[in-house]
Amino acid sequence: MGRYVARRLVQFIPVILGTLFLLHVLSVLTIQIVGDPVRALFGENAPPEAILEQLRANYNLDDDCLEQTGNPCVRLFVDRLAQYASGDFGINFRGRSVAELFVERFPVTVRLTVIALVFETVVGIFLGVMAGLRKDKLVDNFVRFSTVLLIAFPVFVFGTLAQLFIGLELGLPLRDSERAPEWLGQMLTVTYNPEFPWLSLMLPGLVLGAFSLAAIARLTRTSLIENLRSDYVRTARAKGLTSSRTVGVHTLRNSLIPVVTYIGIDIGLLLGGALVTEGIFNIPGVGQLVFLAIQANDTPVILGVVTILTVVFLVANLLVDILYAALDPRIRYE
Amino acid sequence: MSEILTETERRSNKSPLSGVSFDGSAPLLEVEDLEVEFHTRDGIAHAVNNVSFTLREGETLGILGESGCGKSVTAQAIMGILDTPPAKVTGGQVRYRGVDLLQLEEKTRRHIRANKIAIIFQDALSSLNPVFTVGWQLGELYRKHAGASRAQAKSKAVELLDLVGIPGAPARINSFPHQFSGGMRQRVMIAMALALEPDIIIADEPTTALDVTVQAQVMTLLSDLQREMRLGLILITHDMGVVADVADKICVMYAGHAVERADVYEIYERPAHPYTKALLESIPRVDQKGQDLTVIKGLPPALVDPPPGCSFHPRCAFARDRCTTDEPPLYEVPGNRLSACHYWEEVLES
Repeated sequence: MGRYVARRLVQFIPVILGTLFLLHVLSVLTIQIVGDPVRALFGENAPPEAILEQLRANYNLDDDCLEQTGNPCVRLFVDRLAQYASGDFGINFRGRSVAELFVERFPVTVRLTVIALVFETVVGIFLGVMAGLRKDKLVDNFVRFSTVLLIAFPVFVFGTLAQLFIGLELGLPLRDSERAPEWLGQMLTVTYNPEFPWLSLMLPGLVLGAFSLAAIARLTRTSLIENLRSDYVRTARAKGLTSSRTVGVHTLRNSLIPVVTYIGIDIGLLLGGALVTEGIFNIPGVGQLVFLAIQANDTPVILGVVTILTVVFLVANLLVDILYAALDPRIRYE
Repeated sequence: MSEILTETERRSNKSPLSGVSFDGSAPLLEVEDLEVEFHTRDGIAHAVNNVSFTLREGETLGILGESGCGKSVTAQAIMGILDTPPAKVTGGQVRYRGVDLLQLEEKTRRHIRANKIAIIFQDALSSLNPVFTVGWQLGELYRKHAGASRAQAKSKAVELLDLVGIPGAPARINSFPHQFSGGMRQRVMIAMALALEPDIIIADEPTTALDVTVQAQVMTLLSDLQREMRLGLILITHDMGVVADVADKICVMYAGHAVERADVYEIYERPAHPYTKALLESIPRVDQKGQDLTVIKGLPPALVDPPPGCSFHPRCAFARDRCTTDEPPLYEVPGNRLSACHYWEEVLES
């Protein structure tokens, strides 16, 4: 196990460098094709060339390679890596540190993602197990039908509907009512409320996790049904074990291996999905930060935040790889 | 072997079955008129029909037949590990020491498994759980049935691996199933079956997945252990050679029916059922090298829709009109044998 972890860590270095380089090439290409973002800041006004020069220097956009389309600007990449290593992710066009902006907003997104992740994992696996154990029975049909429904709805439709019916129609009277407990009204909220940093993220979190919940439930169900038919489960029964042990110990662990893989990928999907959900529920998270930055063509913010998110995603995947090996010994000894 | 369980553990291990009154003088295992059906989309498949046999201490019963004839289903019905649904035991009795296991409640019956009757499956790689170490899987039996601690369970797992001839047992218990060779894995399966010192072991095609030299080693190990512990062994196979070596009695199955039962010598010398005869003739022989192999023409019938009368008649060289309408009972053949053929005398003489 130790050797496996060490090898994964060594492999992690080229992966992260490669990903960051790709990101860098993309951003450089954008500048080379779309044009100078500093010049775009001024719109129709023509600022003095000296100011433009000064700004370009501030944002490291004064390199000649940026005018040669197709040039990967390796020197800029190396400079940027050195900057990142010292924790400096540059400043946005209004002079604020990108790292600071990110740190301000990241906790909100983390809370949102954690709610979605816990919700989809716990409920998804539970539903999947219930359906898998009672294949073709009522529970199973219910789970299969409702998960298809969840998967079919895009997040923005589902989010808007939840906001309207749960947040507004159901939640508003509760929030106005004297008798209803405050936490209930805040949980069924329309928008993020900083006074209730967890509660008011519940509904958006559930919306964000809904798609993956359906996916996890179906994955768990299929995997469980497949494993219940396996020879080693038959062996477990032949050993005279109780049926709860046969399912809980001998079937479930094997069945969860593909689910864990999915959850790893899903951490990335959730961070991306947060962008839409944060938009709908007006949550001041990282997604909203990127969304606004894209609208304002604020290259340093886009690049900085996407870089950090990429690293977070890769680290999450690394952890899942290690967890994967802990679950399945055949991976460790490849 | 007997020192593996201490006296206290033996008592605690037996306690869940203390309410069941076994009759020590009754035969080890009597299967009587066992019937198993599978409910499939195409209808009801009669996988086992009126199968009966008796097994005594120290005896080896070979159940012989081609794929799909119901041998494994019979084994799993005895163990009580059939998937229900689709399978259902619809009739008959499975008596262990006089007690019909089919009448026991599941919470009692599960203690029969591994403690009294254990099974060895064909493909050890898929039959062992890939995510747990071999030592853990062996030790689990002691922990769950005998209340052993993890440390005790581990040391017993080592003894077991030693017993079945796996070298370096103390280190090997920490290995996973995929790290063993095929033969060693099958030894682990045997060890698992022996762990709680059952009275009966059912070996369901124990050597089919192994190559010939390893087959011989595994069979030798199995029959040595059987003799030492005076186990009742049910050996399920399609390999006539393996049965001839170790079995005392043979039960030949075809399309869910037991078509012939006899002592091993008699069956090989003079079969009393055309199917047994055809099986024996289809064994390739060195003295007929270069000639065409003798085969049984046709395919076994679909169990959902078996032919009327004797289910073997479409493939039978002795078949007459009567065979297409009358289902043959088990006729008593001299020499304490049974044959489900109307014309068994003719078959014997041919």
